[in-house]
Amino acid sequence: MKTINLTVNKRKYQLNVKENEILLDVLRTKLNFTGTKEGCGEGECGACTIIMDDKAVTSCLILAVEADGSELETIEGQSIGEDISVIQEAFIEENAIQCGFCTPGMIISAKALLDRNPNPSEEEIDIALSGNICRCTGYYSIREAVKRAAEKKGGNK
Amino acid sequence: MSEEIIGKDVKRIKALEKVTGSAQFVHDMEVQGMLHAKMKLSPHAHARIINIDTSKAESLPGVWTVLTGKDLPYKVGLYLVDKDILASKKVRYQGEPVAAVAAETIETAEKAVELIDIEYEVLDHVLDVKDAVKEDAPLVHEDLAELERAPVFFPQPGTNIAHHTKIRKGDIEKGFKEADYIIENEFDLPMVDHTAMETHTSIAQWKPGKKVKLWTSAQSPFAVRNLLANGLNLNHEDIEVVVPYVGGGFGGKAGIHFEPLVTCLSRASEGRPVKIVMSRMEEFNSVPVRQGLYSKLKTGVTKEGKIVAQETEFLWDSGANADYGVNVTRAAATAGVGPYEIDNVKLDSKTVYTNKIFGTAYRGFGHLEILWAIERQMDLIAEEIKISPYEFRMKNALREGSVTVTGEHIGDSHGKVTECLEAVAKEIDFDNRGSDDLKPGKKRGKGIALLHKAPAMPTNTGTAAFLKFNENGTVNLTVSLVDYGQGTYTALAQIVADQLKIPVEKVNVVWEQNTETQPYDWQTVASKGLFMSGNATIKACEDMKKQLKEVAAQPLRSSVEDLIIEDEKVKIRHHKDKCITFKELAMGYTYPNGNAIGGPLVARGNYIAQGLSNLDPETGQGLPALDWTYGAHAVEVIADQETGEFEVVKIASAFDIGKTINKSNVIGQIQGGVIQGYGSAVMEGYQFSEDGKLLTNSFTDYKVPSIADIPELKPILIENAQKDGPYGARGVAEHPMISVPPAVGNALHDALGVKIKEMPVIPEKIFELIEKKNNS
Repeated sequence: MKTINLTVNKRKYQLNVKENEILLDVLRTKLNFTGTKEGCGEGECGACTIIMDDKAVTSCLILAVEADGSELETIEGQSIGEDISVIQEAFIEENAIQCGFCTPGMIISAKALLDRNPNPSEEEIDIALSGNICRCTGYYSIREAVKRAAEKKGGNK
Repeated sequence: MSEEIIGKDVKRIKALEKVTGSAQFVHDMEVQGMLHAKMKLSPHAHARIINIDTSKAESLPGVWTVLTGKDLPYKVGLYLVDKDILASKKVRYQGEPVAAVAAETIETAEKAVELIDIEYEVLDHVLDVKDAVKEDAPLVHEDLAELERAPVFFPQPGTNIAHHTKIRKGDIEKGFKEADYIIENEFDLPMVDHTAMETHTSIAQWKPGKKVKLWTSAQSPFAVRNLLANGLNLNHEDIEVVVPYVGGGFGGKAGIHFEPLVTCLSRASEGRPVKIVMSRMEEFNSVPVRQGLYSKLKTGVTKEGKIVAQETEFLWDSGANADYGVNVTRAAATAGVGPYEIDNVKLDSKTVYTNKIFGTAYRGFGHLEILWAIERQMDLIAEEIKISPYEFRMKNALREGSVTVTGEHIGDSHGKVTECLEAVAKEIDFDNRGSDDLKPGKKRGKGIALLHKAPAMPTNTGTAAFLKFNENGTVNLTVSLVDYGQGTYTALAQIVADQLKIPVEKVNVVWEQNTETQPYDWQTVASKGLFMSGNATIKACEDMKKQLKEVAAQPLRSSVEDLIIEDEKVKIRHHKDKCITFKELAMGYTYPNGNAIGGPLVARGNYIAQGLSNLDPETGQGLPALDWTYGAHAVEVIADQETGEFEVVKIASAFDIGKTINKSNVIGQIQGGVIQGYGSAVMEGYQFSEDGKLLTNSFTDYKVPSIADIPELKPILIENAQKDGPYGARGVAEHPMISVPPAVGNALHDALGVKIKEMPVIPEKIFELIEKKNNS
């Protein structure tokens, strides 16, 4: 066991974890951030995407001990009460949701993209989201949602 | 207000919960005291179980229960009861669950599974359907004669044939005599996986008195309850099935899956709740898939381009269990010559057992598979008789007055496949082929393909809806259809809003399904949800309106006939200022002096499929279809003439949906379905080693489309009303993915002149065909 410190959605946590414990499992089962999903457990589907120190990462491939001292952002940190983020709003407005299981990971990937590139081209959106599988929507509405979110945030496109 | 609500883009119900991550799937659930289950899977495609030693696993601290097939003398099955919960006596595919453990942690369960020793005697196996129907083939089920089955399915004991559907129309020999051309081809496609993003997950809690509560990622709570009751010999009323948010289904969560296993594990663990979650590897290996299909088509055509005879053999690769496979075989046969009128038909559709993971329902229910063959055959014929693929289809397409292969007459309530074809051909300028502006070595190609499908379901399929008023004059609608992404609940809310003349925001569709409280629905499958639950909802609204008027008539001192419903009020038709609000009536009307009448308002509606009949076992004649949805795709590709590499530039897709209830959700279904079909067309397919091991058991080896793969897509909605559909609507959940593969294949055929007959269509295979063509 090892004691680690995590900041998740701006709140600080100190907890004991095993050396082989996966960050995703710690977030979901120990800290109850179940909005972050597990779709494959091998970094191929993007359902577990979170932001770790300003970068989108698949939390199923990261050991909890590796995240010691990091700042993490999950889907739960994107809204405060009824007050949802611009990206979340855009996903609703563009109907970029069907079953909803990939949605948290998609929104987080979109957030990481727009944080570093507020005005992405369609190709840049596709590259940023190409690690997130959605089996329901066919992606068209998701692409539009990211464009809309960029516009709302003041990008030019 | 109310006139506009039908067809309006009302925002998807539960969108807020989904974008905030607060939507709780069974994946996310924990029940107090919960144990975790893990399965031991067969490493062999076909082997006798000689001995299972569970002693080491049982003695591991934290292990509560170890079960093997010997402990579970039950079989489950939808139509043909042929499946062990855990393999007993022998294993029939690599990945079949042989033993299962319930333990305090998932890690302990995994460790315990590793400690189970199983001794096998490997048996000869069969992987290819063409081998499996040979006389000397190893038998997957030796006990076919003894299995319980639904009376409309016909297994053939002593063979690997689980079911055989025959369609006989006209006189096939006479038909071929009339033909100027007879064209024969064979087509193949592999098994594919649904890859719903939430893997199959269930929690069961066994309770005293032979009762059980289940939380499960299922499409059909009542089917789970019914099959569990039948399989484990429990009372229906003692089983409570809860379905919260479900992370995608596509047919893969229809029927029943791991619910019996977790129920048995919980029962053996003193009633501790037990959760099972499929890993992605298990999802590929041990959860059923879409069947593979081998098709042989022999078509007789006149020189004018009229099809006069069609002889077809479908061999469905059902894998080790019949499950939905037998019904796919039946349903696809009823649509088995495509949306065309052919006078002379002989069609044989057989479900064939092999030693592979078994097949089940998958969006399209056999139709993507058969239309791969039918629509490729259309282009191969068109080339041979030198007619335009468009003209050829137009000449033979079903239209008013046509008779289908099962003897159904196409009338004025049917959709129009010809309008769909016209629309997509226009969208890609299909007539203008051949003129090329591309770099040398590149060729543009265009392809079209038609489709049709009706819900595949028992003739007596039924559903029901409850409506109740809340204290503030809003209403709750309760149905047992599960909305796992289709958006049907939003459309149903729009129907209630229109019927009761209330704002859609005041309609709450109860999200979580529970068999204890919800009215019955057969299953959430077959693109019948909006059609059937929509009709049941309209009837519930009519019941509610009647009750509102009956109560209001007394204080308004009016006859019921003189009352109308408008603006959330019951009004006297010609004195609209005399009215009572729904809120005043919701819990019973109270007079100023305190006297009260009525009572809390509850209403109900139901709907049952009407006029459907079982098919004649020898000829396949009968009425299998509630409603046919027709459609067409047109595809434009740019292909490399040397390497076979290609890019799909554009897809246009049209469907005769009868009436749009929620455009945004319909477009969403079309976009998602077309891309799923596109995945089947160009990248997806199970591959097995010679000894029957699945080689494609992860997203690394089994690729599905990503956002970077999608071509331009133009969805087109056509609205010829279905007279018995709600507001004229038809289902369009499955249809978008059907016939995408042949449209891609036809476009590549057009570009490169290669006769593609095997899915998925990948550059390697096209390259081989180019080489073959160049060498001949």
